[in-house]
Amino acid sequence: MSAKQQTSGLAMIELILFVLLVATAVVVARLRDLFAAVMLTGIFSLVSAGLFTLMDAVDVAFTEAAVGAGISTILMLGTLSLTARREEQQPVRLLPFLVVILVGGALIAGTVDMPAYGALEAPIHQHPMYNEFITGTEQKVHLPNVVTAVLASYRGYDTFGETTVVFAAAIGVFLVLGGRRKKSAKIDGGTP
Amino acid sequence: MSQVMDHGIYWLCIVLMMIGLYTVISRDNLVKKIMGLNIFQVSVIMFYVSMGKISGGTPPILVPKDQPGAAEVVYSNPLPHVLMLTAIVVGVATTALGLALVVRIQEMYGTVEEDEIIEMDRTE
Repeated sequence: MSAKQQTSGLAMIELILFVLLVATAVVVARLRDLFAAVMLTGIFSLVSAGLFTLMDAVDVAFTEAAVGAGISTILMLGTLSLTARREEQQPVRLLPFLVVILVGGALIAGTVDMPAYGALEAPIHQHPMYNEFITGTEQKVHLPNVVTAVLASYRGYDTFGETTVVFAAAIGVFLVLGGRRKKSAKIDGGTP
Repeated sequence: MSQVMDHGIYWLCIVLMMIGLYTVISRDNLVKKIMGLNIFQVSVIMFYVSMGKISGGTPPILVPKDQPGAAEVVYSNPLPHVLMLTAIVVGVATTALGLALVVRIQEMYGTVEEDEIIEMDRTE
């Protein structure tokens, strides 16, 4: 198989996966059975992980598969067990439709003069840092995986900030849910 | 036609983004809103990652120098991947916090439907 045939075959798989992704998203948005919707968000994450692999982002793919399809699904199932399992009927509204079409149209108009998908001439690939990341990883960081090297070495402070955000979110969750347990114990104790 | 070939993948990302946005702004159920937020987040990540792709490139894991053809290998840009790894982890942290707030709202109001909550606040 020639290189060109291979590229067009990959583009075909990309397109199929993307259509599957959009279809899953539409069903998630429309379903009123929340349990089924949570399961579909798991499938959504898995299909997107497949797409990330096709786009050469293997690290993003396995993080999305582990975190998006795993942890998010568990968190949502936990929430569903404490709240309602079904979404209630609601009237169709016109305003959100208009907003979405306007915003989407504006964004699509913004992409028209973007560099083509996969083009080597795009500014992002011509920037000197691109070469620095590839050659520097080998010569300075001595790791085969460029993404790991950039994450932990070149952008180490960024990753430190991310850890801080996760820590803050964890404290937030404990504060929000910790107060609940005390209060509900009081209510239980107060009612005869 | 070449517009569709060159930018079609970006447009699909935007379609996905708009489905997420629609779910966030039009649904009353708070859990559903967070699902919409997740769809929105994945679409943004997809957009960034698609900008880092080079046709015919390989994942940015270095091929050993002594392997034949190692000098001609083109690696896709690793920078968007790194930024989006951070975004995924932060996204899960915000999802967890949002769901904790939903559980708390359920405790206080007995419902997670936004219109009912607003109605309760009004009558109080």
